[in-house]
Amino acid sequence: MDKTIGQATISVDQEGYLTDFSQWNKEIGTEIAKEQGIDMTDKHWEVIDYIQQQFKNEEPLSIRGIKKSGVLDIKEFYALFPGGPLKKATMIAGIPKPKSCI
Amino acid sequence: MSDTKVKKMLFILSKATLENVYAAFVMANGARMEGIESEIFFTFFGLEAIQKKKLEHLHVATVGNPAMHMPTMLGGLPGVEALATKMMKKEMEKLDMPPVGEFLEILSDSGCKLWACKLAVDMFHLEKEDLIDDLDGILTIGDFYNRADQEGTHLLFI
Repeated sequence: MDKTIGQATISVDQEGYLTDFSQWNKEIGTEIAKEQGIDMTDKHWEVIDYIQQQFKNEEPLSIRGIKKSGVLDIKEFYALFPGGPLKKATMIAGIPKPKSCI
Repeated sequence: MSDTKVKKMLFILSKATLENVYAAFVMANGARMEGIESEIFFTFFGLEAIQKKKLEHLHVATVGNPAMHMPTMLGGLPGVEALATKMMKKEMEKLDMPPVGEFLEILSDSGCKLWACKLAVDMFHLEKEDLIDDLDGILTIGDFYNRADQEGTHLLFI
């Protein structure tokens, strides 16, 4: 379905995840973050970059992967994206919600 | 923090077979990933999962477990349990499931509280030093129930 965010119209699934990554840009990420109660900082963007990179390389995303990423540790991850970090970070990054259980 | 109806999951882990320990860990971690609070209370044999010397040596149960599809007599032979455990750990590694020690670190870093049961600690003559450093404390069952005293809390015995 379509969703209007700021000036742009994007297609999202029922949960609000972008269905077409080519529609993503930083402004859209910022707006989605705001809806999730998150004000984006440089550190947030560093994490989003990492997540998008993993997605492009078709590497599965997991909390264990975050631990090994060298970008940040798990405590920081939870602090930056409170209330479901991987769920929220992937939504802001414009990629699908991870299907993994771990 | 979460907009789910379930606000907090409290797990009581009473067994130390690998399959039960992982069930508790995956669910406790999954709760945190959904923005739900989670805590684990380790009691009786479950304490093996937080003993520094024992936690990396947990086994799957090959006896008394019909789903192993292995005759009970065979499951009891020397080495069979170790072999089955090795095979299962290999499969878990393929799915990127962390070993017990690393999983406990992930849980602790994720804000999952880890508690040891006082009665069981006393019964097995354990000292604080025997238990992992990430442990949040040793509680009585009364203390643990107090932690459950809020709306949207669920308790699960494993």
